[in-house]
Amino acid sequence: MDDQRIIERTTVMKDIKIAATNVNVFYGDTHAIKDVSVGIEDKAVTAFIGPSGCGKSTFLRCLNRMNDTIDIARIEGKIELDGEDIYDKRVDPVQLRAKVGMVFQKPNPFPKSIYDNVAYGPRIHGLSRNKAELDEIVEKSLRRGAIWNEVKDRLDQPGTGLSGGQQQRLCIARAVATEPEVLLMDEPCSALDPIATAQIEELIDDLKQRYSVVIVTHSMQQAARVSQKTAFFHLGDLVEYGETGHIFTNPEDSRTESYITGRIG
Amino acid sequence: MTDATITPVPSPPKTPLTEADPRTKKRNAAEKRFQYYGIAAIAVGLFFLIVLMVSIVRSGLPAFTQAVVSVDFTLTEEQYDEAEAQLFKTAAYQSYFNAVLREELRERGLDVDFDEAAIERILGKTGGTLREFFRANEDQLGQPVSFELSASSRVDGYFKGRVTREALQDSRFLQQSDLDLVDALADAGIVFSALNWNFITGADSGVDNPGGAGIGASVVGSFFMMLVVLFLSLPIGVAASIYLEEFAPQNKFTDLIEVNISNLAAVPSIVFGILGLAVFIQFMHLPQSAPLVGGLVLALMTLPTIIISTRASLKAVPPSIREAALGVGASKMQAVFHHVLPLAMPGILTGTIIGLAQALGETAPLLLIGMVGFVARGYPDGFVAGFTDPNSAMPAQIYTWAARADVSFYEKAWGGIIILLVFLLTMNAIAIILRRRFERRW
Repeated sequence: MDDQRIIERTTVMKDIKIAATNVNVFYGDTHAIKDVSVGIEDKAVTAFIGPSGCGKSTFLRCLNRMNDTIDIARIEGKIELDGEDIYDKRVDPVQLRAKVGMVFQKPNPFPKSIYDNVAYGPRIHGLSRNKAELDEIVEKSLRRGAIWNEVKDRLDQPGTGLSGGQQQRLCIARAVATEPEVLLMDEPCSALDPIATAQIEELIDDLKQRYSVVIVTHSMQQAARVSQKTAFFHLGDLVEYGETGHIFTNPEDSRTESYITGRIG
Repeated sequence: MTDATITPVPSPPKTPLTEADPRTKKRNAAEKRFQYYGIAAIAVGLFFLIVLMVSIVRSGLPAFTQAVVSVDFTLTEEQYDEAEAQLFKTAAYQSYFNAVLREELRERGLDVDFDEAAIERILGKTGGTLREFFRANEDQLGQPVSFELSASSRVDGYFKGRVTREALQDSRFLQQSDLDLVDALADAGIVFSALNWNFITGADSGVDNPGGAGIGASVVGSFFMMLVVLFLSLPIGVAASIYLEEFAPQNKFTDLIEVNISNLAAVPSIVFGILGLAVFIQFMHLPQSAPLVGGLVLALMTLPTIIISTRASLKAVPPSIREAALGVGASKMQAVFHHVLPLAMPGILTGTIIGLAQALGETAPLLLIGMVGFVARGYPDGFVAGFTDPNSAMPAQIYTWAARADVSFYEKAWGGIIILLVFLLTMNAIAIILRRRFERRW
């Protein structure tokens, strides 16, 4: 039934938001990403799938230079955001990360109030001139994170007191509060129950109207449900990249087929 | 493989769940034993703590009281002029005082005879004190002035049970007959035990005057030192740890620094004292015996403790918080100062208070920079204290007293320990309150 839906999905060519060309990542002596080239579309959901340790999270973290924080990581190749090389010496990673937001595997709200969690990004980037504007941004972001109705009466309570699914949606709200252009999600549902997962997936579907979303997931069903494009990573190689429907129904590479049918991974 | 016959595996015998098998019994016994060891260890610790506290309090409390002689004394102007005209002026005052005391006893119907020497043994040379007072306050002449004179340390000891009649041998310090006089004076309410304020607020006296010794000056000295330690080692230590933990690259050089900091924490404190003497006093020519120098030396000693504990508490902050902050576009410094540091604050405060407590109790380095055995300027009418004025510190003062010959100083040493502990507890209480506040905020 699901498969049917995937086949019927129309494929529309969209602008390329992020273009990665021949990206290699090394962790010390380990060659973690091998010569990966991929074009990530704007206003679409791209899923990275693959077995554990295949490099999909590593690659995701290259897209907003989060790997910079790891001393031994070394990156070669070129990643362009709207035609600008993000690894250019003149690029400040802080500015880049405001444009390329990130949601992590484990919900990680700051141990502060719900309001302050969302307001933190706009505050440090100076996105609001006064309290009223900030209030507006917070409300808008929480609405986009599909959590406004649940927390609007307790904005001053700690974000860490929410349930796991709520925390993750709060983190998504926090990420969209800085008005990013790309939203990176590193297995955002792996710590959540099915109901919370469904809520997040619905949210991701919504978010693609506005942002380019890249999601790393272990769940092939999830990739099939939410993404338009899918990239399959295996042992640091990008094995196959294409329309989600195509990858799941008619993979070209035998390794992709083995993985999606559950024979490797 | 060729063996075709399959021997059936005998099913294990059924054991009832309600009965523990030998293995379980053994394990349970081991667990019980371990618990008893723990309880025993705690009990031993508590026992020694109680013994320590009781002995400190028992030996130290007498230091807070002092036997005093209270006499109303009137000196007329004629007597004053007459005394000042004599060759031995204080002797004249002494004889006036004796006459007053004699009169006082007769009025109360007490028939005890005493000579001047007995009074001197009991009260010391009173004449000098009286003369000094009246020379400074000539307007008090002709009016009754109430004097509270501290009794000699042996009489004080007699009041506190340290000196007994049976053990007393007549000497130039105290004789059996003097005790009769003391008893009579005590019955008349002229000699009594009073709270020794001078011990808490005063400065140290010379070796021959245990009654006048106070710890107040060195409390102030210790307080100034702690201020110096706090304001130097906390910011420097925290800044160094943040740099090492969050910003510094991991290489041979930072590894070396790390090892050295850990080693520094184990360097004997007397070495820091020598360092302070060589660098701060001999090279930089800072004043000797000053709390400023003491504070500098102790700050050096406290730094490793603060750095180690700060780094540990920074490490304990989950990396996901840093990632979250970086993920929304905070700079590294913003991530550290807005999120990591506040979360590490309780741990940093704990480390700081441990470091400060260590510094407060440190004696050895102070011996080398001359903060020991010091009588503060301005004694006995108070003392002058500041960051650069010569002073002592509590543990050094206690050390000085413990080394002196007179038994009364021994009692002062114990009393000083009580004050030191009270100071320490106050410091800890402040730290706990601060920590609570930080924990509540986050």
